[in-house]
Amino acid sequence: MQIPYTTEERPDTGLNNSKLGIWIFLASEIMLFGGLFSAYVFLRMAAPDGDFAYWGSKLNIPMATFNTLVLITSSMTMLMSWASLKMKDLQKFKMYMGLTLLCATIFLVVKYFEYTGKFHHGIFPSSSTFMGIYFTLTGLHMLHIIGGMIVMGYFWLPMGNKMWESDSERFTNRIEIVGLYWHFVDLVWIFLFPILYLL
Amino acid sequence: MSDHDNGHIEEHIKVYLTVFGALAVLTVLTVAASYMNISTTEAIFLALAIATVKASLVAGYFMHLIDEKKTIIYILSLTFIFFLFCMFIPMITEIDHARLP
Repeated sequence: MQIPYTTEERPDTGLNNSKLGIWIFLASEIMLFGGLFSAYVFLRMAAPDGDFAYWGSKLNIPMATFNTLVLITSSMTMLMSWASLKMKDLQKFKMYMGLTLLCATIFLVVKYFEYTGKFHHGIFPSSSTFMGIYFTLTGLHMLHIIGGMIVMGYFWLPMGNKMWESDSERFTNRIEIVGLYWHFVDLVWIFLFPILYLL
Repeated sequence: MSDHDNGHIEEHIKVYLTVFGALAVLTVLTVAASYMNISTTEAIFLALAIATVKASLVAGYFMHLIDEKKTIIYILSLTFIFFLFCMFIPMITEIDHARLP
């Protein structure tokens, strides 16, 4: 059975099902991260004066700034991969999607060095309330990066983009949907970066 | 965003690049602001203001919310209200603390 309304608009919602689906999923993601942001505010307000600032100062700002720029760049290459499909250029799509995957990998490598750097200094999630919420928030965000990479990696591989030959419009739409998810992951980091590293 | 010809796409790419530039500048700006000698309250306000501008740029232009269908706007508005509830729950405990002797 064919899934209905993958690219054409459903008359009652005015949207195709893929787009409606991803936005409902992203709404649930807002609540997931929102709950944890709320926990952060709660913990920060209950912490002794200067406690969050003290532990926060142990984080590496240059590394996180670099990672912020990497994620913004990956959002841009993601958009370019979608735009390439709109211009009927599969080779360019592969190049830009490859660059997006590269950016995601760089992000994870930097994060790996950040985490292990903390562990070498004997800092663990159990070290303080701040470190607890820091590892929870960045860890959950990192899982989202890995999840996005699995889906993007699939579409980057020949078996993932063979749909381009049979149904190019549907494939382009899939990339737009992955893009929406990826920009959301970028958006979460935009808030994580200042509240954890800078404040 | 499903019925664009090539001319439209090139226009879009220009917008994306401008937004990308703005995001990069704002990232540098927020880091620079964190080294300024201001009170914690001012620093929190400034950092969150810059983050909100950046997030709006990503949601509005990269995620096309600026010209998205009403159904999505309704879903997100409802989500945003619940998100605000989430953020105000810690404030309620603070009010409770203030009432204690």
